[in-house]
Order: sequence, then C-alpha cells, then structure tokens
Amino acid sequence: MLEVRNLSKRFGGLLAVDDAELTVPEGAIVSLIGPNGAGKTTLFAAIAGFLKPDAGRVTLSGEDITGLTPHDVCRRGLVRTFQVVQPFANLTVRDNIAVGAHTRIRGRADARRHAETIAAELGMSEMLDQPAAALTVAGRKRLELARALATGPTLLLLDEVMAGLNATEIEDIVRVIRGIREAGVTIFLIEHVMQAVMSLSDRTYVLNNGAIISQGTPGEVASDPQVIEAYLGHGASQAITREATAAGGPDA
Amino acid sequence: MSEQTRIAGWTVLLALLVLAPLAITSGRWIEFMELTLFVAVLGQGWNILGGFGGQYSFGHALFFGTGAYIQALLQFKLGWSPWATLWFAIAGGVLVGAFVGYLSFRYGLRGSYFALITLAFAEAFHVLSRSLVAVTEGGRGVALDLNLDPDRALTTFQFNFGGDFLKAYGFYYTILVILMLAYAATWWMEHTRFGAQLVAVRENEDAAEALGIDAFRVKLGAICLSAAITAAAGVYYTQKFLFIDPGIAYGPTKSVEALFAPIIGGLGTVLGPLVGALFLHGLGEFAKETIGLVWEDRPGLDLILFGVVLILVLAFLPRGLVGLLDLAWRRLSGAAPAARKGKADA
Ligand SMILES: Nc1ncnc2c1ncn2[C@@H]1O[C@H](COP(=O)(O)OP(=O)(O)O)[C@@H](O)[C@H]1O
Ligand SMILES: [Mg+2]
Repeated sequence: MLEVRNLSKRFGGLLAVDDAELTVPEGAIVSLIGPNGAGKTTLFAAIAGFLKPDAGRVTLSGEDITGLTPHDVCRRGLVRTFQVVQPFANLTVRDNIAVGAHTRIRGRADARRHAETIAAELGMSEMLDQPAAALTVAGRKRLELARALATGPTLLLLDEVMAGLNATEIEDIVRVIRGIREAGVTIFLIEHVMQAVMSLSDRTYVLNNGAIISQGTPGEVASDPQVIEAYLGHGASQAITREATAAGGPDA
Repeated sequence: MSEQTRIAGWTVLLALLVLAPLAITSGRWIEFMELTLFVAVLGQGWNILGGFGGQYSFGHALFFGTGAYIQALLQFKLGWSPWATLWFAIAGGVLVGAFVGYLSFRYGLRGSYFALITLAFAEAFHVLSRSLVAVTEGGRGVALDLNLDPDRALTTFQFNFGGDFLKAYGFYYTILVILMLAYAATWWMEHTRFGAQLVAVRENEDAAEALGIDAFRVKLGAICLSAAITAAAGVYYTQKFLFIDPGIAYGPTKSVEALFAPIIGGLGTVLGPLVGALFLHGLGEFAKETIGLVWEDRPGLDLILFGVVLILVLAFLPRGLVGLLDLAWRRLSGAAPAARKGKADA
C-alpha cells in the first residue's frame, strides 16, 4: 500500500532521515520505533507532504505521491496525525471532526452527522459540544485520531497517539486502533509504548539517527542487538547477554 | 442560542433597519444610520477575511478605493451608466484582491507579513492614483457631474436631487441593501463547507492541510469575497459623494475603519461588524454632543475615543461586544455557557 524508497531529508547539516526504505502492506498495522530525535516524525512529515524530501520516492497504492501537498495526499487517502496535537481550539469537538469529514462530504449537516458517527465509534459522544481547548490530553489525542479518521483514509499515520496517556486510556486506544484496522484502514504508527507496539504491530521498523537499523516482527526486532544498543547505548547488548548468561539466562 | 431564536432575532433586526428611517424623520439621524451601515459594510468585508479567515489586512482601502475609482472613472471618462459601471467596480476589486491574495498566500505570508503586504499595496495604489494623472486625474480627484433633474435621479444613481423619498432615504436603502447582501454572503459562508474550511484554516493551517483542505484556495476565495463587499462600499461612496481622490480612496482611514468595527463588535461573528459600527458611531456622536460642547472644536476626539475602546476590548473582551451580549443573554436565559461554535452564537 505504502512504499518508501531511498528517502532522505536533511536539515542544514543534520541528516534527519537517511536513505529510508520501508513498505506498509495493505490491511496491516506497521509500527515505527526509535529513540527520541531519531527522525520518525520527520519521516512521517516527508511521507505526508509536509516536508519535501531531498531524495527518494513515496508511492501510495502504486501512485507516486512524492512532493505532493498535504491536502492532495490526504485526498488520495493518506492522512497523518500530529505528535504535538493541533486541534482547532475554538471549535467544538463536533466541528473539529466535521472539518475532516468535509474532505469527502460537501454538506454541513451531513458532515456533522458523520462527525457524530465517528465520535461514537471512538467513545467521544459525550464531548461533542465541548470546545477542543477544554479537552484533556487523552481527549485531544483521541480528537486527532477522530478528525483523521473522518477524512475517510485508506492509510492512517499515527504519531505517538498514546504519549501521555495512562494505562486504561492506552488500553482503550489500542482497542480503537484495532477496530479501525478491522474496518479496513491500514495503519502505520509511531509509538514509544512498547507493550502497545508489541501487541498491535504485524511488522516493526526501527529508526536510529535517521536510518532504519532493523525490521521484522515486534519480537524479532526487540531481540535484535542493534536495537538494544540504539536504545540503551553502545555495549548494552553485550552487557545484557553477559549478565543473562551469568544468571543462567532466560533461555537456559 | 437555537437556530430559531437566531432567525427570529435577525428578522426583528432587519425589520428595525428597514422601518427605522420612516420613524426617524430627522435627516441628521438618517445620515448617522447611513454612515453606521456604511462602516458595517466595510467591517463585514474585512471580517470575512480577518475574522473568519484569520488573515488580518491593514490595507482594505485597496479594495474600497479600487471600487470607488472604477465606479467614478468609467462614468467620468466613458460616460457609462452607473448601473453598468458598478459591476466593473466590484469585479475590479475582486481582481485586485485575487492578485494580492495570490502573491501573499502563494508565498505563505501570514500574520504581520500579510498585514504589511496589504498595507504596502494600499500605499502603492495611493501613490499610483496620485501620479497616473492621465488615468485618475491625479491628486485633484474625480468629480462626477451633478444631476439636478429629479426624474433622472434613479437612472443616474444620484438621489440627492431626487423626489422627496429618494432624497431622504435613497442612499440609506442603498447601503442597507449592500449590507444585506454582505450579510447574506456571510450567512451562506457559515452554512457551507467553504466557511467551515476557512475557519479551520484560521484555527490551524497545518491541521487544515493535513485534513485535505487546500488552504491557499480557501484563503484566495475569502479575499475575493471580502474584496467584492469592500468594493461595493466604494461604489456606494462614489455615488453618494460624487467625488473620489487618492487620499479618500487609498489612504489609511478606510483600512482602519474596516477593521475597527469587527474587532470591537466581535471577530468572526456575523453580527460583530454591525454592533461595532453602531457602538463606535454612537459613541462618536455622543462625544460630539457632550465633551465636544464643552471642549470645542477638537477634531480627532472621536478617534482618540475609538482607540481607547479598541484597547479596552482587546484587553477585556476577546470576543468583542457580541461576546458580551452573548454572555448576558446566557445569564438572563439561564443557559449554561457553551463553546463558541464555528459560527457566532449571536
Ligand atoms: N524543522 C526542523 N528543522 C531543523 N531540525 C529539525 C526539524 N525538525 C526536526 N529536526 C531535527 O531532526 C531530528 C529528528 O527529529 P524528529 O523527526 O522529530 O525525531 P523523532 O520524531 O524521532 O523524535 C532531531 O534532531 C530534530 O531536532
Ligand atoms: Mg516525533
């Protein structure tokens, strides 16, 4: 569904995304993990048209979408959410979601009705008349998701929608994301909450210093020494293995 | 406030505006109302782009002046009927709006950059209208021939020497019709996808883009609509005063007047510009009648007052007078304070 080939993005002297290659198959949930500053958000922005890649190609269902504007990309069915939430603060939750719905629905009343349906799916019916500015962190994250979903995407890019949520809220949103996938939407998500990554993803990519250093099932990736080093620092992987062996090891 | 209450409120307001001059027989008060409605039109034009779209222009004189000049020059130079020229005047305003909007929005100018570029364009047109003497008659201005024949008052769009009714009320109803059209446009906007997308762009342009909104196109649409209404105010001005010069057309006064009323009345609300205009001009008249009597002959007194009001509103009433009225209404009707919607509650 989504193919990224040799994508690079440079900010001055910093190579934020370095020759990234990845594939998101239709109907899957694929995750992108990596330490802070690895370039994950930058990669999303480059895919969704917010940043012009310096090199590389992005194709969506076989169509080249490299360098298209974000609104064009959205109309073709790829929509992203923002890590730093970007609500329409003065508008109600209903009107926020209706803006997304207008991508495919012209009429005001129809868009609002669709917004209510989406809100119900995400358990936001109670909040419909509240201004977005009055929502809690969890509410705002969910609103990001609801608005994006209202555009009727085929591929949803979620940037840390679980950050700042408590355990119950995370469980909730994991359920919501599963539901969205079951409804036929492909999902590509950035996440730090490992337990959610492990339980949701069919496939995981690991980004470090802009480059993809590992990929596979969440289980494969989690045991990849390169990944452990990226997260815990140089030599960490060996140290862990040594300790594990000394203690009899988990597999022993 | 429910949709029914709103519609009822609007109907009453409209009836008042239509019937007011028949009750008020004093020419001075009709003159006052006329000026108020004129400022409300300027304000509503500005409000569409500034209030709903969040693009603050400091140079709306650009559209006012272009409308006024085209209306004057096509009659003066080519002898066209004012009823024909007015379409060109409005189209001219839209064209200038599209041009400035294209340049600013294509290059992503926002906030104070956009304000400055509109100001710069207004000044450029100011200078051009002064220097292109062959086209605009330069600093002397354009004075239209006076029609003294009451029978031709309608065809010449000059009501000052018309029959009793036209003479007294002709221009009042002209500006009222323009205001109603401006309000109809705003009403339409509020009930369409275009309006929702414009407000979304105001609230957060990146988020709007992410959700499939072509922010450039939406802003361009808004500036064209805004310019059309403002140019119509220019047409009215030319017909009413039969004179236009570079200072009146493109000077900063009209640009400032255009943004005062909506900011004080309530940005991005339908009613704001009218409420703001009424309040400002009521205050101006009041000042002239009271302070002006004691402290005679101080031109600019009203401007000082307007400035003070503007500062107070900016500091204490982020939603303007309409916000205050709305709050009062909720207190009185016992309704819980609710969120501001994409549209005004008033
Ligand atoms: N607009 C920008 N201009 C310059 N540097 C940026 C910009 N956006 C991100 N960066 C830098 O690029 C790197 C990757 O950032 P980001 O993509 O946000 O990482 P992640 O989402 O993985 O935490 C960081 O070093 C960050 O400081
Ligand atoms: Mg990030």
